[in-house]
Amino acid sequence: MKINVLAFGVAKEIFGNSQVSLELTNDATIYNLKYLLEQQYPRLKQLASYMVAVNNEYALPGDTIHERDEIAIIPPVSGG
Amino acid sequence: MNNTQIVLSAEPLNIQSCIDWIMSPESGGIDVFIGTVRNATKGKAVLKLDFEAYEPMAINEMEKIAQQAFEKWSVQKVLIHHRTGTLQVGEVPVIIAVSAAHRDAAFAACRYIIDTLKQTVPIWKKEAFEDGEVWVAEHP
Repeated sequence: MKINVLAFGVAKEIFGNSQVSLELTNDATIYNLKYLLEQQYPRLKQLASYMVAVNNEYALPGDTIHERDEIAIIPPVSGG
Repeated sequence: MNNTQIVLSAEPLNIQSCIDWIMSPESGGIDVFIGTVRNATKGKAVLKLDFEAYEPMAINEMEKIAQQAFEKWSVQKVLIHHRTGTLQVGEVPVIIAVSAAHRDAAFAACRYIIDTLKQTVPIWKKEAFEDGEVWVAEHP
């Protein structure tokens, strides 16, 4: 399945875009997604940490991704 | 909910309108936290800050924090306003206001809300210095 990944903050600079599209297997998890992204964008690994959000909620590494989910990369937040 | 007001705004925040909204005859105390843009970070002059938000999720997370405040303390109203866009030194990126019958709950909840917001709400700031720009908290 093809998914779009939204990027914010420093992740937008690492991707060179505010979103990227990726091909994932149908039962892919957040862990699989992070692995694939880190292969393509090694600078992600240099971040203090980063989370993935699915449909506006923080996701866990074992969560499954579904086609049409809204996926976003959440680098360390710094609001306030 | 009329006891909660969450706003993410590209326009300047209005401190007085926040205080007007939070005031009520039932309250014995109002606690207000106003975040302001500081002119330096670790001794380096800051020219401006740019705030970016993942808007629907940021609103979602701020609503959760407000809900947690109601669950943890006996508070009456909670207000969270946050800016996006470019802010100059001295401008206000965030206002938290909490009302309660008694001050202890208002102080504790206000502190909890700003501390948790900084940890969980998907908003990012980029600091602009004379020699370049840095996303805050980017590196370990």
